[in-house]
Amino acid sequence: MTGENRETDAVTGVETTGHEWDGIRELDNPLPRWWLWVFWACVLFSIGYWVAMPAWPGVSGYTKGLLGQSDRREVAASLVDLRALRGAESGRLTSASLEQIEQDPELQTYALALGQSVFGDNCATCHGAGGAGAKGYANLRDDVWLWGGSLEDIRHTIEFGIRSEDPQTRMSAMPAFGRDGLLQPAQVADLTEYVVGLSGRPASKAAVARAAPVFAEQCVSCHGPAGKGDQAVGAPDLTDGDWLYGSDRASISAQIHNGRGGVMPAWGRRFDPQTIKALAVYIHANSGQ
Amino acid sequence: MSIWKHHGKFERHSLALVIGILLVVSVGGLVEIAPLFWLESTIEKVKGVRPYTPLEQTGRDIYVREGCYVCHSQMIRPLRDEVERYGPYSLAAESMYDHPFQWGSKRTGPDLARVGGKYSDSWHRDHLIDPRSVVPESVMPPYAFMADKDLSLRDVQDRMRALTAVGVPYTQDQIDSARADMEAQADPFSADGPALRKRYGEKVVSRDFDGDPERLTELDALIAYLQMLGTLVDFSTYQAAAPANER
Ligand code: HEC
Ligand code: HEC
Ligand code: HEC
Repeated sequence: MTGENRETDAVTGVETTGHEWDGIRELDNPLPRWWLWVFWACVLFSIGYWVAMPAWPGVSGYTKGLLGQSDRREVAASLVDLRALRGAESGRLTSASLEQIEQDPELQTYALALGQSVFGDNCATCHGAGGAGAKGYANLRDDVWLWGGSLEDIRHTIEFGIRSEDPQTRMSAMPAFGRDGLLQPAQVADLTEYVVGLSGRPASKAAVARAAPVFAEQCVSCHGPAGKGDQAVGAPDLTDGDWLYGSDRASISAQIHNGRGGVMPAWGRRFDPQTIKALAVYIHANSGQ
Repeated sequence: MSIWKHHGKFERHSLALVIGILLVVSVGGLVEIAPLFWLESTIEKVKGVRPYTPLEQTGRDIYVREGCYVCHSQMIRPLRDEVERYGPYSLAAESMYDHPFQWGSKRTGPDLARVGGKYSDSWHRDHLIDPRSVVPESVMPPYAFMADKDLSLRDVQDRMRALTAVGVPYTQDQIDSARADMEAQADPFSADGPALRKRYGEKVVSRDFDGDPERLTELDALIAYLQMLGTLVDFSTYQAAAPANER
């Protein structure tokens, strides 16, 4: 097709390709020089790339390339660099006790920064931004603790979790008094009044009197004779104004009926010990409000 | 160069042009993708990866049905920031029983490749029923209907059979017991628990995932699947630095 009908265009002085469609002809301009150079440079580069980098599959493996590049080795090296960058502080975080970290301003600043970023990625989804908590998810900013508020208590809670699958988890189970038929519905209703009374709010005197012996029999082993709670078993203080599951009668009676127990996963397998320490310091520093 | 003259034929017949393009493009696929399916070195040798239990597999089908992959990837890439945030990068072995895989690249929400064990069942429950009840700023849609929808046991065996056709090594015993296994995994007191663990490994836990012991719902299946994600590989025995595991 080419060749036969080629002719020189009168206006531009360029040859046509010889095609003609309905009277329209096509100029046969050469490719721009720069474009051609870039094209051949790319071809050459790709050949070099095949040789240098992992590229071609074979029968039992693939060509590894002269440079021996490996994403996985690079990320491992880059993580080592990161540890080195964190350097001295990271090392001192390992050896220092939690109290020492808190007393050393430089180390504390470092721990707080690390703790804050890890908290945002992993804990805020349950405990709320900044740890303000939500129904069923403990508030970490106040000074009320289910399982203890010392640095070491907090570290232990984070590492092993609460009712988690870790063998060393913090563990306790309030019985489902209503659901499992341990108490009659009327007794649950009386106890609800009793608990409302414990927290210093007006409650039905008759119901409180009926519930007192039941409370003494069923509840004091965990919540204590005065209802002050027990951090060894994570039983909340029922006399303060602070509630995990809500202060209203419906929430209290639901808890006595169902005996719900909050679950927090163990973080010891996800984080290294330094990170757990940093989290404990971060939470301790931001609590007590 | 007479071969170039035939170009005109392609230019004049659109069908020939389409077929020609398909042929040329498929060379790329054949060279780059096809070998991955039979190269030994594609999939690392790891301990722990097993076919999904019927409950997890059904949960996975719900995950695909609901298009969770539209917003969530399941692929932690070997990059420093990803490994720092999500944990060890994903291995090919971890998705070897995924048909189709859920790697993805669209992350409106976080990557889910290692979400297993990160949250409690009750958090997943709250979050799937109403994401904003636990994460006020979330843009994830609610899936409350799942808590109300009984899980269909009708076609689970057919699904498992279909998966064996594409290479998932379910045994006849596993297929025959699929329904019992589903019930056993969602009930901590089930007498079939030990049999389930014999078929799928000691690490399979029986829990009432959706918090409703009376019923086996779609929420049970989906949470069972989410809680398994990224937990199968035994990283204590995996040699990340071994030359055979380099990529
Ligand atoms: C799946 C949701 C969830 C996630 C994620 C979570 N927690 Fe918790 N956390 C809880 C629940 C629920 C409780 C209360 C448990 C209870 O009722 O005893 C709790 C309790 C705690 C406590 C004890 C509070 C007290 O009063 O004694 C600490 C400390 C804590 N969490 C820290 C963390 C840290 C740090 C992280 C992130 C690494 C985290 N949590 C992530 C659910 C979660
Ligand atoms: C085995 C120990 C145990 C016994 C016995 C027990 N509780 Fe509890 N109780 C707990 C624990 C632990 C919690 C916290 C649950 C959680 O963290 O999810 C709790 C929580 C509560 C709450 C909710 C408090 C809040 O802050 O929202 C109420 C109300 C309550 N218990 C009342 C009772 C009453 C009434 C009885 C007796 C009928 C009782 N408990 C017996 C361990 C116990
Ligand atoms: C419109 C996009 C969108 C869709 C569709 C979607 N999600 Fe999400 N998802 C998000 C966003 C955004 C977040 C982060 C905020 C949050 O935690 O709710 C998230 C968070 C999550 C998380 C918590 C991850 C973590 O590590 O904190 C899980 C689990 C999850 N989604 C599961 C699902 C499942 C299962 C489905 C399908 C039934 C689904 N998502 C569908 C957007 C989406």
